[in-house]
Amino acid sequence: MKKFNIYIVKRFTISSIIHAFLITVSAACIFPLLWMVGTALKTQQTVFSDLSLFPKHLHWENFYIAWIQGKFWLYFLNSVLYTTVVVTAIVFISSLAAYAFSRLKFPGRNFFFYMFLAAMMIPLPGSFVALFVVLKKWHLTEGLILPRLGYIIALINVGLSLSVYIFKTFFDQIPDDLEDAARVDGCSRLGIWWHMAMPIAKPAIAVVVIFNALNVWNEYILAMLILQENSLMPLQRGLMVFQGAHMTQYPLLMSGITLSVIPIMLVYIFVQKYIIKEITAKTAKVYNG
Amino acid sequence: MDYIKKTRYITFNYLFIFPAVAIFSLFYIYPFIKVIHLSLSQWDGIAFKPSAFVGLLNFKNILFNDTANWWASMGQAGYITLWALTFQNILALLLALACDRAIKAGAIYRFIFFIPPILSEVVVGLVWWWIYDGNWGLLNQWLTSAGFAHLAHNWLSPSLEEGSRLMVRMLPLTCIAIVHCWKGFGWAFIILLAGLQNIPRNLYEAAKVDGADAWEVFWRITFPIMMPVMILVVILTILGAMQGFVLILAMTNGGPYYYTEVPVTRILDSMRNGHFGFACAQSLIFGMILLILSFSQFKLSRKMQKA
Amino acid sequence: MTKSKFQILNLKFVICYLFVICPLLFIVPGCAKAQENAKPVKRIVLWHWLADREEALKTLTRKYKDLTGVEVKCQLYAPSDAYAQKIMAAGQAKALPDIYGFLGEKRIFAAFIKAGHIADLTLYMGYNNGSWKKKLFEKALKVNEFLPENEYGVAPGIYGVPIDVMNIQMLYNKKLLKQAGLDPNNPPRNWHDFIAALEKLKQANIKGFVSGWGETWLIDCFAHNYAFNIMGEQKVIDTIKGKVPYNDPDWVSVFKLFDQLARKQLLVSGIATMGNKTAEQLFANEKCAFAFNGSWCVNVYKGMNPNLDYGVMLPPQASSKYPMVIWGGAGLSFMVNGRSKNKEEAIAFLRWLTERDQQVFLAQETMNLPSNRESLANIPAILTQFADDMNNITHPNLLPVQESPRALEALTKGIQAIIIGVKTPEQAAEDVQKVKVRMLKQEAASKQ
Repeated sequence: MKKFNIYIVKRFTISSIIHAFLITVSAACIFPLLWMVGTALKTQQTVFSDLSLFPKHLHWENFYIAWIQGKFWLYFLNSVLYTTVVVTAIVFISSLAAYAFSRLKFPGRNFFFYMFLAAMMIPLPGSFVALFVVLKKWHLTEGLILPRLGYIIALINVGLSLSVYIFKTFFDQIPDDLEDAARVDGCSRLGIWWHMAMPIAKPAIAVVVIFNALNVWNEYILAMLILQENSLMPLQRGLMVFQGAHMTQYPLLMSGITLSVIPIMLVYIFVQKYIIKEITAKTAKVYNG
Repeated sequence: MDYIKKTRYITFNYLFIFPAVAIFSLFYIYPFIKVIHLSLSQWDGIAFKPSAFVGLLNFKNILFNDTANWWASMGQAGYITLWALTFQNILALLLALACDRAIKAGAIYRFIFFIPPILSEVVVGLVWWWIYDGNWGLLNQWLTSAGFAHLAHNWLSPSLEEGSRLMVRMLPLTCIAIVHCWKGFGWAFIILLAGLQNIPRNLYEAAKVDGADAWEVFWRITFPIMMPVMILVVILTILGAMQGFVLILAMTNGGPYYYTEVPVTRILDSMRNGHFGFACAQSLIFGMILLILSFSQFKLSRKMQKA
Repeated sequence: MTKSKFQILNLKFVICYLFVICPLLFIVPGCAKAQENAKPVKRIVLWHWLADREEALKTLTRKYKDLTGVEVKCQLYAPSDAYAQKIMAAGQAKALPDIYGFLGEKRIFAAFIKAGHIADLTLYMGYNNGSWKKKLFEKALKVNEFLPENEYGVAPGIYGVPIDVMNIQMLYNKKLLKQAGLDPNNPPRNWHDFIAALEKLKQANIKGFVSGWGETWLIDCFAHNYAFNIMGEQKVIDTIKGKVPYNDPDWVSVFKLFDQLARKQLLVSGIATMGNKTAEQLFANEKCAFAFNGSWCVNVYKGMNPNLDYGVMLPPQASSKYPMVIWGGAGLSFMVNGRSKNKEEAIAFLRWLTERDQQVFLAQETMNLPSNRESLANIPAILTQFADDMNNITHPNLLPVQESPRALEALTKGIQAIIIGVKTPEQAAEDVQKVKVRMLKQEAASKQ
């Protein structure tokens, strides 16, 4: 009986310590979010004079003003468009390339892969000038349609290296017999990629999606360089309207940021359940026998 | 016949990588070549042609004649990276291990831990400035109300009167390193968790049956299988920490004195002051160092995996 | 079964491939399809980075369209760092708009003119016996002007139009001064009284002095104000030319001013990394009594604390040998693109923008000082206090020579080091002089 009690106590203590640890870290994470929403509900005069987390009078109209003033809704929709297109394109392009690097043989395979890897490691802060000159030469900066294209392709490039690397890491882990089984079934190389490799790499797809979605959503330097018309701008531009050279309208800025954070959170919630998957029957079969 | 089939087979393989390589060549390779050309010249960023071709002079100046505080900034970025590799990643690993079990609130925790990466740098900079502020900041308020008033400092720009030279030198940078870790651990957490999920459960059960305790389970089962994912996280951490600069611009602007400068802020400075060619040379040297760091990680991991 | 899978798969693959490849193929015919912007209505494009003037500018451009039928399209690109990058990239691609605000020192200004990005406006300014020129504040215009035989090799002339002016002075909170027992209508006029006032405030537990000294240009401004006051303009110019070293006793006494403030703990803590926006909100929320800021602050303070009771004064004199000068000049200046196809219309618009009515409108909407002398009568009261000191202003762009960025950086960073106590004023002066010597050597080498 004694051993039984000690065992339960031990388990309970460990469990509480773990939970206390988790809760402390969570508090540190949630605090800025609460502060952000709290600031969004204050007025410009009380932003720094009222030191409480949430003000007594909640100014919900700040969200409305942020949405309407300076056409925030337009930039929001633009961002949704850019994010969707860029993320889909990156998932396809980088997984195809990573699959080839991982599973197919052709001369120069390693060279190209290391080229992508090196790009990830060598940042080029000065490249924006050359980039803009090239895009201007190819007329991808004028009008209303082509700049979108130029911007989308520029963003695809930004996320390409890392996505290829992540996919390759996952594809490398697929056991060979799975691939042989699929080939025996009659799949072409593309078929293996689409039907076998991609479903297994769902966690990798999830990570790539959330990473690139976040990058595109928060991007604005390239947008500012490439897009010339206001109607094409992503929502970071909308937030800039609240950040003057000398004066920042904090409540509106925080409202804008809160509104902009919600879609990304939804993407994350949707995507993270693919990262945390139950072991499916297929892979369990492979690992077990 | 076989030969033609083989060529067709290989060409089809190239099609897989064609879109990626095409986009990459236009948007990275071409500017890269331009940057190399500019690093060998002197250019103010405005004239249509570089004003002079100076060969390796820019590189010589950076390596042997450091007037732009380059290596100090490199060391400071390295310090932040060290914090990220230890504090941030160990924290993320512990959290991932904790959430790996089927806890009821698992989904909520996974969501909460990802909030810092989602928040924009503007918010992060503002909130943490408010926490660190020496006059009315939250950290000092909490310390005082908890009875530790003597620990209250001017976190982001302490003066010599408050403590030793070492403290004045390292405290701002350490505070920024902590913010960086706070913002970054969500990424490491999610990737490590994804990796942990890939470990088959029956291995754990077998180990339990064999009577292994938590340490042995970790070192014998978890660690070896997680190796590639851990290497991925380490490389990403190094790259992210060394290249970070928005936080620094938002909180200290490289100050006080040069104590929180990092390579990217130095490069931006050179660009702004009309030394664009010099800035390109700095970027290339920076890239080479990151390349060497990451590739050595790679090779190290291969060796460890073989062992 | 497998065969049909194949077919479906190939179709899917082809569609996906097209979806990502075709856009790339669009580029080639896209080159050929480049259209010329042949619009029947005259359209001028204007770029700027000041978010708080966007609304006012938009209202004015609408008025202008009704008046003349010319459409002026305002594009805002903020913040200023990103704007500078955009201008740089657009300059390289020769894609600058008809009118754009310019952000940068005189050296960059000169480079832009030489690259043909900025049109010479001297002729237009001179029409009708210089009627346009005479309306504007002389100093504001001078900032945009290059004199004959300037050191940049630029053809002399006026290259920009100032839309508003500003200057940077000391501000004081009347209520807090009263609380500490000081006379709110008689702020300290010399350095000695200033220190005494700050110490009194410290005793009354009120924070003394705040400024955004995490931003190096503000340190530069404060230091040079006192440099002019202590050693006079000529000696400062000589220092830049290299004839006077930075470890000269006069310069050391400038550094000693900072040292005095820091060692007596009269500054708000964290000032060495504080951004200007933070400093502004601290002063607006009455957390400290003195601030060093520019005339744009009127708009900021009004937004954060409309009841703030404050006054404007010159920085307290440290020496009576030479006058105290403050930085000022054009706040926002617009340049006309030298390659613009609509130069005449652009210049006409800028001329209209600087007329009295528009200037009064801008001053009232954005709380900035107008650049048109005739508009001073109708501006808000607090701005008048700034305007009164317009005669004392100078600006780095007005000097015949400019200090190199590296030496300036050593100066401002050295002062930050003094504030946190890791360097003495003498040590900081030595450091600046070392960098200056190196820069002079480099300049001499490149001239050969």
